[in-house]
Amino acid sequence: MSSAPPSFGKADALASVEKLHSRSLGANAWSWRYIVLRRLTQFGFLLLFFGSAHWGWQVAKNVPLLRGNLSASMFIGLIPLTDPFATLQIFLTGHVLRQESLIGAAIVLGFYLLIGGRVFCAWVCPVNVVTDASGWLRDKLGIRAVIHLPRALRYFVLAATLLISAVSGLAAFEWVSPIGMAHREIIFGLGMGFTALLAIFLFDLLILKNGWCGHLCPLGAFYSLVGKSALLRVRFDKNTCTRCGECASVCPEPQVLNLKKLDERGYVFSGECSNCGRCSPICPEGSLKFDFKPLIRSHNVQADAIAVQRRTK
Amino acid sequence: MSEQGPSGLHPTRRDFLVKLAQGAAIAGTGALLWDYILRNEARAAPYALRPPGALAENDFNAACIKCGQCVVDCPPHILKLQPAGGNLPIGMPFYTPRTGACIMCPDIPCMNACPTGALSPKLKRIEDARMGLAVIDIENCLSYKGLRCEICHRECPIKGKAITLETHPRQTSRHAMFIPLVHSDACTGCGICEKACPTEIAAIRILPHKLVQGKIGEHYRLGWTFDTEVTQDFKPAAAPPSSAPDAPVPKTAPGMDYLNSGGL
Repeated sequence: MSSAPPSFGKADALASVEKLHSRSLGANAWSWRYIVLRRLTQFGFLLLFFGSAHWGWQVAKNVPLLRGNLSASMFIGLIPLTDPFATLQIFLTGHVLRQESLIGAAIVLGFYLLIGGRVFCAWVCPVNVVTDASGWLRDKLGIRAVIHLPRALRYFVLAATLLISAVSGLAAFEWVSPIGMAHREIIFGLGMGFTALLAIFLFDLLILKNGWCGHLCPLGAFYSLVGKSALLRVRFDKNTCTRCGECASVCPEPQVLNLKKLDERGYVFSGECSNCGRCSPICPEGSLKFDFKPLIRSHNVQADAIAVQRRTK
Repeated sequence: MSEQGPSGLHPTRRDFLVKLAQGAAIAGTGALLWDYILRNEARAAPYALRPPGALAENDFNAACIKCGQCVVDCPPHILKLQPAGGNLPIGMPFYTPRTGACIMCPDIPCMNACPTGALSPKLKRIEDARMGLAVIDIENCLSYKGLRCEICHRECPIKGKAITLETHPRQTSRHAMFIPLVHSDACTGCGICEKACPTEIAAIRILPHKLVQGKIGEHYRLGWTFDTEVTQDFKPAAAPPSSAPDAPVPKTAPGMDYLNSGGL
């Protein structure tokens, strides 16, 4: 890590913000691309599950396309997929799981180990649609926080989930999970599960910003730990960043954008980053970009070299 | 620095200990509440009719991952996952015989779809499934009123084994009766009988074994049946061996009380 970051002043930061606000309509729409993609994957998964359960979507006779739900499913009758967190809880109750679900859990876990654990949160989890809506409305209405909770609370909830699973002999989170309730009831028939979603919506809207996903959800905490060494990352270019702070204002987990630490590491390294793709298109200087972790170092060295060239000119 | 709190502890350490206690109190309260909610939710489990091969209640509660794959693969679509706020524990499969009875597929697709083993693959023949037990309300059964009904007997898929007819000949001012009897050694609890029962509310119903089945106990000896050995000095297999030659019959011996122990 050769060169010190260039010192941008307040004027540069304001210029960046101005650049963002004077974006053309097209550029503005283009900056929504990841959000649109995320909605597509979120609803796409729901549709695949729903179609296989209700409309007989099959790849062959009696072989549903995607049978089950996010807890456990079977893709084209061949590939089992299992929620690794649910599997862990059931394992802790003392039940010996069938091989199929263990293989499924390994596949899902391996996938998220590569692309980032919390990719589940931003790209698959149906509750994210609700919390995103709530967060958006909260910003529009300018609602201020009522209480503050530490974001590390979710790790305690995670520990409690595992402990209670072992003690009570019931998969503790699976029995109360609003994610599971909402998801199951969309696919297998409605009940009172939507009230849990409503509660999350109101909690996030009126009480604590990103309250559920960012502070409480043990599944998110689990995937945060899974994603610590993931390969798909947001690269940070310290040479172009003017510290305007626009990224942190749209990030649902702004603590992962601690620029001082990003200067050192060169990418968003926290497992709590969900690779949601909000920061990257919003950045007026293009300092945050999705990248493949093994290439990040060399890309940053190149960026440093370009910056040095530009300054010496 | 002589910063000693009233209890003689250094203030920072005191703060730390208080914080620790507060954290532990919150965590403990939360965990207890959570545990209570879980147990409360599981309380209705004995009332649920589970798909074939389901493990015993507590094991099933632990093992079911609530994925609904059995529901998707059920050919007559009788299985449902319990939504939140219902009468049964959340998220797990059940069926309601009156509206949808199990048709006892020979290949047991629901069980084969189960990824965790909550529906145990140890079940090889659907006839060995024990989902529940048919129970007859003899006050409302048409056959007990002397009407010729016997629909349950005719519809039963375990023909002539799970439900048999007991005939009572005609007597003065009394109809002849053809009374259905359920046999738990053959009844799978599929619920075809309950679905077919013509009374307004079914007079034959499927209930979980735990709710209806009694147990005779080891100490009864049915001397008049052929498979019970009748001897004067019956010794239970589990009786503890006594070393003394004239040891009195242990109090725990089955069937022994003041009437035949020589006491009184």
